[in-house]
Amino acid sequence: MNFRFQAWRTLLRRELGAYFVSWTGYVVIAAVLFLLGLCFVSLIRALNAEPTDQPLLELFFSTYYFWIILILATPIITMRSFALEKFTGTFETLMTAPVGDLEVVLAKFSAAVVFHMLTWAPLAALVLALRPFGNESSAVDWAVLGSTFLGIFLLGLLYMALGCLASALTRSLIIAAVIALAAGFALWLLSFLAVNYVGEPGWQSAALQHVSLIDHMRDFSRGIIDTRALVFYFSSTALLLFLTWKVVESRRWR
Amino acid sequence: MIEVDHLTKHYAGHTAVRDVCFTVGRGEIVGLLGPNGAGKSTIMRILSCFMPASAGTVRVAGLDVFTQADEVRRRIGYMPENNPLHKEMRVREYLKFRARLKGLGNSRSRERVDTVLQQCGLAEVAHRIIGQLSKGYQQRVGLADALVHQPDLIILDEPTQGLDPNQIRAVRQLVKELGRHHTILLSSHILPEVEMTCTRVLILHEGRILAAGTPDNLQSEMSGGGQVVAEIAAPVEDLRAAWDHLSDVEHYSIAAAEGEYQRCTLAARPGTDLRGQVYRLAVERGWPLRELTRSRHTLEDIFVHVTLSGREEES
Repeated sequence: MNFRFQAWRTLLRRELGAYFVSWTGYVVIAAVLFLLGLCFVSLIRALNAEPTDQPLLELFFSTYYFWIILILATPIITMRSFALEKFTGTFETLMTAPVGDLEVVLAKFSAAVVFHMLTWAPLAALVLALRPFGNESSAVDWAVLGSTFLGIFLLGLLYMALGCLASALTRSLIIAAVIALAAGFALWLLSFLAVNYVGEPGWQSAALQHVSLIDHMRDFSRGIIDTRALVFYFSSTALLLFLTWKVVESRRWR
Repeated sequence: MIEVDHLTKHYAGHTAVRDVCFTVGRGEIVGLLGPNGAGKSTIMRILSCFMPASAGTVRVAGLDVFTQADEVRRRIGYMPENNPLHKEMRVREYLKFRARLKGLGNSRSRERVDTVLQQCGLAEVAHRIIGQLSKGYQQRVGLADALVHQPDLIILDEPTQGLDPNQIRAVRQLVKELGRHHTILLSSHILPEVEMTCTRVLILHEGRILAAGTPDNLQSEMSGGGQVVAEIAAPVEDLRAAWDHLSDVEHYSIAAAEGEYQRCTLAARPGTDLRGQVYRLAVERGWPLRELTRSRHTLEDIFVHVTLSGREEES
């Protein structure tokens, strides 16, 4: 089993291109931009009413705005990856070309991750635009901005892998989106379950602390990079991608 | 080029292909002919390594499609049913993408894309968006994609489906031209198409091969001497006497046509042509003869004949 780099790169380019030659890419970027802008307007209004000494990014991530955008946007980004190709039949031309299933899965996944990061890029601009208005330079710290984007990247890995798996399971865009949405939302809700278990002994509490996305993101937005979180994101992404790979391969067993 | 040995494919609940054996030699154009659901597409999907067989072995150019799938895919150009394409891409862009995906180098793929654009008559639409092209052009894009990596074997699943007659003719012509340098396996449920383009035909029904051979062979196997239809203005009794007298007529039927004319359908003994005899007879007796034709069995008749048992069960 040798990985064909050329096939991966060719597919990645096409997949990324596909976001921009159809409306999907622009619509998702515009929608995220709109929601982000709305969130910041309400944040600024709150700041005007009541000054605070909290850093800006921490303030943003202490609200649920970020999560709503993440959970809504990611299924839209990934729903097309496999489902659309199966629906239009191009999956057959793709899989009869001399490419392996693994390259296909990784190319679609990487394209989704790159696109996801593009949709979040405006966040940096919004934060930097507010920077001159802070009284302290610590309001926006470059390192914190970096760790925040690392957090977004890691969450992106997890949600894109989840979305790819959902898309590989079906040939309907709607079903792919709904599965990804439900699973992504459920994953996020686990954080609230974790709150209920705080301080309690037992394995449930320990396990839930490790999958608490809200806690992870709070850390990242404060500039804390916790290796436990890194391990969690990388391993769960790897697991989901492995499952996607097997689902794509499963047409050979049926 | 292709060796299929006792190929069987089960889907959940039913068997699509049962115990099929055939071979295709280098340079042949072979047609898989059969009604919808006969298993044509299944065989093609197995050949193109999209899915594995349940039983039996399939080899392409001596390579096993299951264990050496990669090598096989490099040697095959496959156009699936309904010719799926990335409709949002431009023609050249799509072909370049496919060429690169199939492992061609950068300059090599540019060169090949230019060649297939010429070969398939796509040069003037190279910069158009595929989705905006007519179906005929889209079909050529599919063919160009199948050709772009210079495969030994081209597999076309229903290449003329959904085209108008002019487009069908153009695609057929293209397939014939390709047949000079490539081995081609195509499927169709349109009989004249297979008759016109293929050097050999496999008739498939309910997952089995019912008949195989060149279109001409299949005809002679089926039909013997064929039928002659003659419309002659003469009394029925005289005609009966005349036909009884001709030793090459195996059996006949006479039906009244308009006016004095009688329409006689004569079945000849294998290897004989009745037309000359009928003509001479009419001249001798002074009977007006206004039609004299030999109806060859078309593939359609053969097809109906061999698939009849299945059809009756269905109805």
